[in-house]
Amino acid sequence: MTATPKLEMRRVSKAFDRNPVLVDVDLTVAEHDVVCLIGSSGSGKSTLLKCVDLLVPIDRGQIVLDGRVITARGVDADAVRHSLGIVFQAFNLFPHMTVLDNITLSPRRVHGVDRDEAEQRARTLLDRFGLAEKEAEYPDRLSGGQQQRVAIVRALATQPAVMLLDEITSALDPELVAEVLNVVRRLKSDGMTMVIATHEMGFAREVADRVCFLDGGRILEQGPPEAIFTAPQEERTRRFLQRIIEAGRM
Amino acid sequence: MIGSGPPAIDIRGPEPSGSRWRDLTSEQGARGALIAAASTVVVVSAALWWILTSETWPAVQQQFFNPENFAESWPAIVGGFWLDVRMFLVAEVAILVLALLLAVVRALRGPAFFPLRALTVVYIDLMRGIPIILLILLLGFGIPALDLPGVPRSRMFWGLTALVLSYSAYTAEVYRAGIESVHESQRMSARALGLTQWQALRHVLVPQAVRNVVPALLNGFVSLQKDVALVYILGIREAVREAQIYNARTFNYTGYVVAAVLFLLVSVPVARFTDWYSERDRRRKRAG
Repeated sequence: MTATPKLEMRRVSKAFDRNPVLVDVDLTVAEHDVVCLIGSSGSGKSTLLKCVDLLVPIDRGQIVLDGRVITARGVDADAVRHSLGIVFQAFNLFPHMTVLDNITLSPRRVHGVDRDEAEQRARTLLDRFGLAEKEAEYPDRLSGGQQQRVAIVRALATQPAVMLLDEITSALDPELVAEVLNVVRRLKSDGMTMVIATHEMGFAREVADRVCFLDGGRILEQGPPEAIFTAPQEERTRRFLQRIIEAGRM
Repeated sequence: MIGSGPPAIDIRGPEPSGSRWRDLTSEQGARGALIAAASTVVVVSAALWWILTSETWPAVQQQFFNPENFAESWPAIVGGFWLDVRMFLVAEVAILVLALLLAVVRALRGPAFFPLRALTVVYIDLMRGIPIILLILLLGFGIPALDLPGVPRSRMFWGLTALVLSYSAYTAEVYRAGIESVHESQRMSARALGLTQWQALRHVLVPQAVRNVVPALLNGFVSLQKDVALVYILGIREAVREAQIYNARTFNYTGYVVAAVLFLLVSVPVARFTDWYSERDRRRKRAG
C-alpha cells in the first residue's frame, strides 16, 4: 500500500563550526502527510527545513525527494527547489515589488510561464486565500498576517510537491495567527504534503499526522499527535510539554 | 522559551543624514526661520561691508571680478563648459554601467566564480590606488603616442577612459555596499523560489541595492562633474583650459572665476537635489 515516500532523510547530520545542529536525523514523509516538528528554539527544526530545501548544505547522510537523492553531487539545487515551497518566519516578501509581482516572479522567470497566465493563476490563489483586493499593494502596506499569507501564496504559485513551513506564525501578533493557520488547514484538506516547524502545539495536535520532537539536533521521539502529547515516552519530551503547559500555550 | 520574537529585519540600511537646509530652519518653525533670515542678513552685510571697504578690494576686483574681462572671456569658457557637460554625461553613463557589472560579479558566490571575483578586486584596488591625474596622463598621452593600428588616437577618448576606469572602481564599491545592505534573507528567499544567483541579483538584490545608494551615487555625480575638468591637462579645450588660455593672454583671473561659477551652477542644484531625495526617502521609510 505505501509507495515510495515523498520525502526521506537518512541519517542526516549538520554542524555549524563543530556545533552539531542535526545529528543522524531519520525522517520519512509519505505523500499527503503533514509532519510537525516541535522542540525548543535551537533544537534544529529550522535548520532541518533549510537542509531539505538545499539552502544549507548537509555534512553527512542523504535527503531523498520522490525517490531521487537530492543531496548527491551534481544535482542542480535550483531545479530541486522547483518542487519545494518554503515559507519563513519573517515572511521575506520582496519589498520593492507588488503582491502580484512577488507571486509571479518565480513562475515567470524560473518556470517560464507567460505573464498573463502567471497573473491569472496568482489571482486565483489570492482569491482563494482572501487576498484578492491586495494584488496591487506593496508588502509594507499589509498586516503581518496578510504578508505571511502572501508568502504562502508565493510559495504555492510554483506548484511545489512539498511545502516546508518554518515557524510561520512566530513573528505574528496573536490575533493574526488564526488567519495564517486557516490557510494551512486549507492546504491540508487539499492533500498538500507538508513539514511544519511550529511552536503552536494545539495546532500541531490538530493538523499533524505525525509529530516529531527535536532535542539537541536529534529526533528524540515521533509518533501520532495523541501519543506524543498525551503519553510521551521520553523524559525530555515530558519536560518540554510540561513547560509549554506552564506557559499557558496548550 | 516559547514563541520568542523574530529577529528584527531592516532591509533598508542606515538612514541618510537629513537635509542641511531643513536642519537650519525647521527647529522652531516660523519664528526660527525669521531669526535665521535676520541673522543671515546681518552677517552677510557685515562681511560685504568689510570686504568692499578694504584697501585691497579694488585690486582684487580688478584681478578676479572685472566686468569687462568677464564679458570678454565668457563666450569661450561657456563653450568649453558645454564640452565639460557632454563629457560628464558620456562618462557617467559608462561609469554607472561598468561599476554595476563589477559589483554584481563581486557579489557572485561559489568557488566557480573565484577567478572573476578576484579579477574585480584587483581591478578595483588598482584603479582606486592610482591618482586620477596620473591615469589621465598615462592613457591620454601614452596610448595615442603608441600609434597602434585600430586603437583610437583621440586624447579626449583616452582622458575620459581614465576617468571611467577610476570612477567605476569607486562606484562599484558604492553598489557593493548597497547589495550588502539588503538582508541575507532576501537572497535566501529568492533562491528558495528557484531563482538562480544571477536572477536573484537581477530581480531582487540589485533593485533594492540601487535604491539604498541613490544619494551616494548622486554624490559621485557632483564629484565627477568637477573632475572631468582634469582632462584640461591633455590640452582639451574645456572650461578650465579656456580660462587658462584667457589668463595667459591677459594676466587677468576673471576667467577662472567665470569657470568656477559655471561649475557651481550645476553642482549646487545637484547637491540640493541629493539632500531633498535623501530627506524624502527617510520620511517615506518612517511612514512605511
